[in-house]
Amino acid sequence: MESTTAVKKKTMTLVQAITDGMRTMLAEDENVLVLGEDVGKNGGVFRATDHLQEEFGEGRVMDTPLSEAGFIGAAIGMAVNGLRPVAEIQFLGFIYPAYEQIMTHASRLRSRTMGHFTVPIVIRAPYGAGVRAPEIHSDSTEAIFTHMPGLKVVCPASPVDAKGLLIAAIEDPDPVLFLEPMRCYRSSREEVPVGKYTVEIGKANKLQEGNDVSIITWGAMVPVASQAVKEMEAKGVSCELIDLRTLYPIDRDTIAASVQKTGRTVIVHEAHGTGGVGNDVLAIVNDTSFLYQKAPVERVTGFDSPVPFFGFEDEYLPTPARVKHAIEKVIKF
Amino acid sequence: MKRSLENIENQFEMFQILNEKGEIVNEDAMPDLSDDDLKEIMRRMVYTRILDQRSIALNRQGRLGFYAPTAGQEASQLGSHYALEKEDFILPGYRDVPQLIWHGLPLYQAFLFSRGHFHGNQMPEGVNAVSPQIIIGAQITQAAGVGIGMKKRGKDAIAITYTGDGGASQGDFYEGINFAGAFNAQAVFVVQNNRYAISVPVEKQSAAKTIAQKAVAAGIEGIQVDGMDVLAVYAATKDARERAINGEGPTLIETMTYRYGPHTMAGDDPTRYRTEETDNEWEAKDPIVRFRTFLENKGLWSEEEENEVIEQAKEEVKAAIKKADEQPKQKVTELMDIMYEELPASLQEQREEYEAKESK
Repeated sequence: MESTTAVKKKTMTLVQAITDGMRTMLAEDENVLVLGEDVGKNGGVFRATDHLQEEFGEGRVMDTPLSEAGFIGAAIGMAVNGLRPVAEIQFLGFIYPAYEQIMTHASRLRSRTMGHFTVPIVIRAPYGAGVRAPEIHSDSTEAIFTHMPGLKVVCPASPVDAKGLLIAAIEDPDPVLFLEPMRCYRSSREEVPVGKYTVEIGKANKLQEGNDVSIITWGAMVPVASQAVKEMEAKGVSCELIDLRTLYPIDRDTIAASVQKTGRTVIVHEAHGTGGVGNDVLAIVNDTSFLYQKAPVERVTGFDSPVPFFGFEDEYLPTPARVKHAIEKVIKF
Repeated sequence: MKRSLENIENQFEMFQILNEKGEIVNEDAMPDLSDDDLKEIMRRMVYTRILDQRSIALNRQGRLGFYAPTAGQEASQLGSHYALEKEDFILPGYRDVPQLIWHGLPLYQAFLFSRGHFHGNQMPEGVNAVSPQIIIGAQITQAAGVGIGMKKRGKDAIAITYTGDGGASQGDFYEGINFAGAFNAQAVFVVQNNRYAISVPVEKQSAAKTIAQKAVAAGIEGIQVDGMDVLAVYAATKDARERAINGEGPTLIETMTYRYGPHTMAGDDPTRYRTEETDNEWEAKDPIVRFRTFLENKGLWSEEEENEVIEQAKEEVKAAIKKADEQPKQKVTELMDIMYEELPASLQEQREEYEAKESK
């Protein structure tokens, strides 16, 4: 964490930290505004914007018509006109109507106009499976956004990172897709600094030092991998656990330093394996550290199927058992 | 310079046949329905209200999963459905499970849908429908396509699709009705205006006074109907269906209705955005209450008959839940098998890993 001016801390869940991040920036900068479906009176379907409309008024926290293409397009227009909109997509799987606006405009306005216009928007989107939500509420399709140059993609796993990265995203001059692991919204609490601070976009976080194998993951898979790491430690395997935190641009240095030390790599993500961000991590291992590797890199991912209906989602999601199996495989190779 | 908005908006008066007191106020528009038909419509509405109550209770007990309550919208859902034939194709929203059930989806499958089980989305042969759409408005452009298909294949049938007031804000809504108009699709678009898209009131969705008037821009017919009046909804849908089949074009029907319950059972709290006063105002328009009065005045309905329907609904719910419980557990290999006609190598690899585990 950097540029920390605050010392006072408060216990928060991840979703409360996100609310606090928006509140901090709404108070700090009058150009910041929040918009989306049900974000006003209702405080958002996950209550991430709870009470913000009461505090900052309907002009700063706007309930929009039910139209993702409409309010993302409008947010791009606002950003071009000097505002800093923070848009909420209710679930990542609902972003696709706005896909055209993101892929052909938000991501390209800077390069299209040779920097005359920038698009400082943040698109917040809860993502991931495991909360028994209906179809399309459980997607983890970060890779289709990391693929598009011009966008940044951020994915915090802890309350402190969530608030610090969100503030950094709001201050970032370029468009940021801010993925929130909905399964972690209320699953744990942490002491979060009160007031403004940032966590740098593009920097991974080493959650645990280890010597035998590097586990690289992010978002909702951090607690899953962490559980596996704990169980492997009991068996005498020393794991290094890395939370990427930003999926574009990826922190190559942290990955390279770790896999050069351990020589063994396991990548864990809940998205489909084919075309997943894990493949980019694998490419970084290959590009930077091929000769250091003592075993082929293992990937633990969701299947190459849509996230199944929730009666069956637990089978789809990587589990500590699957992660442990992969760790054992690279150790025994 | 001539301005036309006010003139256009004033054309869209709400169509009603049965008022809140259960009196016929529009004799000329009274549809040609036999006494048996009238009783069957009542039976379906009562049955569906009980199904809703039982579904909410089962959800609270953890025996059902995703559920979007339907009480209040019976006239909109079932009045429009009663105007359909078996050959008509339904493209429902996620709250429109009752229409699917009355179109032939077995109740136990509706429960499996709620539980996130694949078989819940698998329409039986001969049930012309897709499973409930989760993405708001996505079904509307598809309905235009199904309606064009009906026309191309010379079928005396229509595509009918349902969405809500919020759905009418989506680009897909405008694209769908425009497309249907351009190709004279055999399609009917029903917008159940229950006044709230989760929490956002319809006044914040659009500056338009009615949703029905949006038909004008697409060059198709639009009508606003009292969505708590099952006879009006039936008559409007029947007329729209006939015109579509006769090549007279698609229709947008806006039904003015209300959902008594929350948006879904996943934590929505309507007291955050609706007042008790508004709830009471709409409950006074209840579709079942007014239709019951109408039937009783005609000597067509009794408390006994209603109790019979209630008992039947409860029994059938019980049996269907039992059948849903008995459904075999889903397998990972089955999930792989439904992905492609021929399994790609990457999936084959993943499948093999699980085949060994599942055969244990």
